[in-house]
Amino acid sequence: MDNRKLTEGQAQAHWKKTSTLMWTVLFVWFIAGFGVHFFAVQLNQIVIFGFPLGFYMAAQGSLIIFVILCCWNSSAQNKIDEEFGVAED
Amino acid sequence: MANASTGSSSFLANLGKIYVSYTGAFIGFTILLAILEQVGMPNKWIGYCFVFLTIFVYAYIGFLSRTMEISEYYVAGRSVPALYNGMATGADWMSAASFISMAGGLFLAGYNGLGYVLGWTGGYVLVAILLAPYLRKFGQFTVPDFLGTRYEGSVARICGVVVLFCASFTYIVAQAFGIGIITSRFLGIPFEFAIFAGLVGILVCSMLGGMRAVTWTQVAQYIILIIAYLVPVVWLSTKKYGIPIPELTYGMALSEIGALEDKLNIVRKHVAPFVDAAGQFSWTEFNNFWALVLCLMVGTASLPHILMRYFTTPNVREARQSVAWSIFFIFLLYFTAPAYAAFAKLEVYQNVIGAQISTLPAWVQSWSQVGGLLTINDLNGNGILEVTKYAIAGAVLDLGEIRINQDIIVLSMPEVAGLPYVISGLVAAGGLAAALSTADGLLLAIANALSHDVYYKMIDPQASTKRRLIVARTLLVGVAILAALVAGTRPSGIIQMVAWAFSLAAAGLFAPLVMGIWWKRTTTVGAILGMIAGFGVCLYYLIATHYFAMPLWFGIRNISSALFGLPVAFLVTWLVSLVTTPPSPEMQDFVDSIRVPRGAVRGVATSHD
Repeated sequence: MDNRKLTEGQAQAHWKKTSTLMWTVLFVWFIAGFGVHFFAVQLNQIVIFGFPLGFYMAAQGSLIIFVILCCWNSSAQNKIDEEFGVAED
Repeated sequence: MANASTGSSSFLANLGKIYVSYTGAFIGFTILLAILEQVGMPNKWIGYCFVFLTIFVYAYIGFLSRTMEISEYYVAGRSVPALYNGMATGADWMSAASFISMAGGLFLAGYNGLGYVLGWTGGYVLVAILLAPYLRKFGQFTVPDFLGTRYEGSVARICGVVVLFCASFTYIVAQAFGIGIITSRFLGIPFEFAIFAGLVGILVCSMLGGMRAVTWTQVAQYIILIIAYLVPVVWLSTKKYGIPIPELTYGMALSEIGALEDKLNIVRKHVAPFVDAAGQFSWTEFNNFWALVLCLMVGTASLPHILMRYFTTPNVREARQSVAWSIFFIFLLYFTAPAYAAFAKLEVYQNVIGAQISTLPAWVQSWSQVGGLLTINDLNGNGILEVTKYAIAGAVLDLGEIRINQDIIVLSMPEVAGLPYVISGLVAAGGLAAALSTADGLLLAIANALSHDVYYKMIDPQASTKRRLIVARTLLVGVAILAALVAGTRPSGIIQMVAWAFSLAAAGLFAPLVMGIWWKRTTTVGAILGMIAGFGVCLYYLIATHYFAMPLWFGIRNISSALFGLPVAFLVTWLVSLVTTPPSPEMQDFVDSIRVPRGAVRGVATSHD
């Protein structure tokens, strides 16, 4: 294993970027998991292919967003780790 | 040893081939049984074939994966690729509650039931960003290991073990219950015996090979359960609307349901959000929806049998990818469940309600003969089945002249779709795979915590490898028998017990895990008091409301009791940490080192096996 230690500044910068990504993902998660569904009653007025939109978001829309979010988070965090040279070999 | 490791490396290199052949063989087996059915094989035998053959396959995988190495037993040698760990997590995650009861719950509750769908998927986002990669970097064996290291000492470790035990044991009792129901129905033996028959099925997978065996059986179980879940509903979608994608076509079913609801004067609409029994918007339902979603999501990110799966990947990057795979594989089932519910509801409204009771569809007749799951009662004696109300009582939908239990929605779908009996056998095999795989993961989580954290770390740190593995296996059998005994008393409904487990884990473990990684200032005393306070509040609310009829706080049902425990845990941890001495520089260095994927874990003495 490589024991090279990051300098204090590098470690802080890496963690700052990681935290920013975390808060961004958390924000989208909150919107998809809770925010949209606060308006479920209103969204249900819109009907697409038989699906009332409010119902669709809770049954499927938000789930699709969660899957994409996890994939995106994985690749974005890898980029951050590579940028700071802390990714695994 | 050399043989074993060469054997396992060639196994790992050929994973794709092995599981593709396995899937092919399983499909071939199903087709063969379908042919045998056509030439007159009795239904009972088809049921036996599915139940016994699948359990035999799991046992065989378990036997092949036997091991005497600590790291193989506890974390599958940290060699499970992201994709396969994703599938194993999917099976670990989706239990009898997801497979059998969830679509039925949506059938009964309509929009309000979607809280389960949201809560049981969204939690993986939290796992991915807050916990999994850091726990993998930490790289020990169990979740209490992390607590014991980060919060230096046995007190935090033992608190972790207590929460883990309470949450996982509640959960496993629910699974043993589910296994008992399926086994007794398809083998035709009494429930109490069926639980123990199922228990043997669980133990053969996990006893010899620990995590390694459980991982590779879970992958096999995922494949069976997802095929079994999708086949009937895809078939029905094709039959009804000509498109084999139920997730697209059930919109049409929803519109037809809406029209029929108006015609039949059903006030509680399927797609209407946050409605009470009278079909009116209700603030109580509104609040409970959010409470449930939050508790299930946070619970997902706190349940040790899920978190420990991410200890098994080769590195941090794969742990992160593996969370994405996990949610994808889980998503395949969850975003299909609302389609199941809609098709079943349409079938009932269209072909059952208003029909002559003497000429009901065949599936209604066959299910009304199975003890109490579907009952028909011609109240006004006019020979026609009519809707007089829409009331949900526990797991049963009461429409007046017909009462439907939620558990038959998935199980009866093959007959609703007019499929041969072989598909019913397939669905039973899928339900069994779901229940067995989750029970295995839970059992391993509990037994590992007891054998590793309590026995090895606290009672006998000098124990030899052989002795540790013997203790682990003995505890495994002990916990399994205890769970089966408790399940035999039929304590409560499956979904309710499962939701309690989520709340208990969320209130007790989420705050110390997340704060331990994300806030260096979290102190040992703060975390311990936070855990005790959060878990205590949650447990108090649960017991007081369930057993002592305490009035609900703000109308929040006790399946969401973590709503009160969770903020208390965070608040206490935060406040106490602020007034106690900050963690040592070594501890802060430890936290720094688990935040980056590369390099060694520093700052604290850790024992690697």
